[in-house]
Amino acid sequence: MGNKAVIVVHSGDMDKIYSALIIGNGALSMGLEASLYFTFWGLQRLKKDGLEAGLLSKMHMLGLGKWMVKKRMTKANVASLEKLMQDYKELGGRIIACEMTMEIMGIRKEDLRTDWIDEYGAVGTYIHEAKDASITLFI
Amino acid sequence: MNIGVWGDIIVTLEVDVRGQTCPVPLVECRKALRKASPGDEVVVVGTHPASKKEIPMACESLGLDVLAVEDKGNEWKIRIRR
Repeated sequence: MGNKAVIVVHSGDMDKIYSALIIGNGALSMGLEASLYFTFWGLQRLKKDGLEAGLLSKMHMLGLGKWMVKKRMTKANVASLEKLMQDYKELGGRIIACEMTMEIMGIRKEDLRTDWIDEYGAVGTYIHEAKDASITLFI
Repeated sequence: MNIGVWGDIIVTLEVDVRGQTCPVPLVECRKALRKASPGDEVVVVGTHPASKKEIPMACESLGLDVLAVEDKGNEWKIRIRR
């Protein structure tokens, strides 16, 4: 088993993007490799200005819930998703964008933060990455 | 900066993550360890309780020695040899 964490980021919910990036950063910090495979609703978060745009998975309440959670996060000094993504890239984390999702949802490369993306792939890329990973998660 | 036993120069890198929460202390510690050269010392000062145990866990996983873990009030200081 390789020392690697591979995470499928299927959800685009703000709180779940936090989970994915925190776990990815944690893996890199502990000396593992990390890959995040963004697909479906998750891929929306790789659009320009999309990273912080997700809803809260529960109690979103037309944005009121998200606003409250954001406020509490600021109070607790939680890093922004932008900062977590910067750290993730700085520590060598890989980002893979799902090509099928791009096709289905009509997303073009120029719509995405291509500076973050290392590879565009399909299921084969995920399996290839995950087959020798010691941690794989679906978020 | 110090001179080591073999006459080499030992640099101490300080990381201040007081007031920061998960996963920032771990991430900033890793960034400093990447910048440091073998033999250098990385000193991390923080307040996040879980990171006090998790930074030594990360060092174990990275095969690095933790020289000391000190407490002062709600602050901790971890010294790592790169």
